[in-house]
Amino acid sequence: MKLHEYQSKQLFSQCGIPIPRGRVAATAAQAKLIAQELGGRVVVKAQVLVGGRGKAGGIRLAGSPEEAEDAATQILAMEIKGLPVRKVLVDDAAEIHTEIYLGVTNDRAARCPVLIASGEGGVEIEQVAKATPERIITVQIDPLLGLRDYQARMVAAAIELPRDLWRDFISISRGLFDSYQKADATLAEINPLVITRGGRLLALDGKIVLDDNGLFRHPELAEMRDADEEAPAEREARKYGLTYVKLDGSIGCMVNGAGLAMATMDVIKLFGGEPANFLDIGGGAGSEKVAAALQIILKDPDVRAVLFNIFGGITRCDEVARGILAALGEHATRPPMVIRLVGTNEEEGRKLLADANMETASSLVEAAQKVVDLVREGVR
Amino acid sequence: MSVLVNKGTRLLVQGITGREGLFHAAQLWNYGTKIVAGTRPGKGGEWVLEGKVPIFDTVHAAVEATGANCTLIFVPATAAADAMLEASDAGIPLIVCIAEGIPVQDMMQVGRYLGQKGTRLIGPNCPGVLTPGEANVGIIPGHIAIPGDIGIVSRSGTLTYEVLYALKQQGKGTSTCVGIGGDPVNGTSFMDVLGLFEDDAGTEKIVLIGEIGGSDEERAAEFISNRMTKPVVAFIAGQTAPPGKRMGHAGAIIEGGSGLASDKIAALEAAGVSVARHPEEIAALLH
Repeated sequence: MKLHEYQSKQLFSQCGIPIPRGRVAATAAQAKLIAQELGGRVVVKAQVLVGGRGKAGGIRLAGSPEEAEDAATQILAMEIKGLPVRKVLVDDAAEIHTEIYLGVTNDRAARCPVLIASGEGGVEIEQVAKATPERIITVQIDPLLGLRDYQARMVAAAIELPRDLWRDFISISRGLFDSYQKADATLAEINPLVITRGGRLLALDGKIVLDDNGLFRHPELAEMRDADEEAPAEREARKYGLTYVKLDGSIGCMVNGAGLAMATMDVIKLFGGEPANFLDIGGGAGSEKVAAALQIILKDPDVRAVLFNIFGGITRCDEVARGILAALGEHATRPPMVIRLVGTNEEEGRKLLADANMETASSLVEAAQKVVDLVREGVR
Repeated sequence: MSVLVNKGTRLLVQGITGREGLFHAAQLWNYGTKIVAGTRPGKGGEWVLEGKVPIFDTVHAAVEATGANCTLIFVPATAAADAMLEASDAGIPLIVCIAEGIPVQDMMQVGRYLGQKGTRLIGPNCPGVLTPGEANVGIIPGHIAIPGDIGIVSRSGTLTYEVLYALKQQGKGTSTCVGIGGDPVNGTSFMDVLGLFEDDAGTEKIVLIGEIGGSDEERAAEFISNRMTKPVVAFIAGQTAPPGKRMGHAGAIIEGGSGLASDKIAALEAAGVSVARHPEEIAALLH
């Protein structure tokens, strides 16, 4: 789950990181009021969960409250990469001397957090990594010890930060690591961290990505979830403990287990079909969950056929069959379906579905071939 | 022969009184796995599985009384980090953790602590370890595999069952099947298990089941090319997965153009690994 810039910067501020004065607004009138309070030049920034806001025209400078109102009116009417802008952040405009990148994230391979810094701030760090990898400094952090001052000092020296700013830089680095740790984040980044013309360090933009598995410890952060981040079907699926990802194809899939679900999609594609979704019902799903899953698939207008691939272990095939029947009962017409049931209680499951008018298959390959054929016949 | 678990495994089940814990402990017992103890704080002194398995309040007490040398953790994700640390602290050399949904920062701390203690962790978010005919430590349905000389290592759960089942139908058996789990930070890597199989006299061929995300498969490819003499067959799930979307497993996500199935397949093929196009093709590639 991603946090907006204004939410991320609030967390940074709570951890002692200096941020510009400013507040978030949902209307142009509010934006004007905030600009009045701040006085002087302000920057009006679209709050959407995608990169490239600046290029899209979602960040504007304003010299007066009236200009801020104008800018907010225009930005609040925008859609950036398909996401509507619902809020703008109105911040004091900073006089920028130098832009730095500073981030903390997980190093999967090293199994520890890393502090990443670069003297090339203000652009996407992935681009810097590609073009000038030598300009990126990383330091691995012991997960049991946390970030130590000497490590931040090494980074300050490596990016050639003026010595009189090292103390503040170390404090900001520790604050960033604290916010990463306190929020169970997978990424906490300040980009850019600027040196102002007045010679101060200031976090102008911030981004935090949270570990969904850590949200149980942070109900206050879980509430910040932006509904626009997920498609409605994905949100509905999450409510039932299902994992659903919409794709571009025509074959709906329901599978137990993430690896098997991915493999099922791959086999469909191998035989010339296109999966309409990824859907993992998880382990030990009961009939209600299965029914909810099938409803989500059937609501997708692109679905021309459905493939069920269930390998029962903890999951019982008869429970799956009951769920399917319950969901089908609510539909007068439905796309053709292929089902493959193997494992725990497969006989009971097959008996339950004997009258449901579905194609059956004994292997994944056979099932994929059948469902791809059904879609082709339907097209003809 | 086998790796990690065998007839000498003396198993402790942490969280044995829970719904999942009790159900699976019974399955494993019936399979012939030697379960010597269970833990559940507050229920020490009671017995489960028809009075055959004693419950202890702490792992330390269970180890002292029974000599348990392996633990299987069924506690929920919110308490799993603590359970792993307790087991390591009590000196158990092998931990298998089934729980799904453990925060990644917890896993980094646990991983570092276990590494310092010399404890091996399989998982989390994994189906466990099965040595057919000897010991089943996890949730893999035991009947879908038969003893043999194929070592299996996988990041997935049910996809692994699919492969075991397909192999069994072809009359091919397994030395040990190791599910290392689908989380971004786990205890044991592909490389670790490949090394164990290379040194195991009972394993002749190896099947590696990977998926999108991270670079564990690429490092495995390097290890295979430098160190392995036994043939390896692989399958990589997620060839059709879109970038930026997490495909169920916390670790299965294509990020910033890395973690792609195509890169993993290319790396494995360059290391001399035969990569199957679909799970059922694996058996044929094993000759």
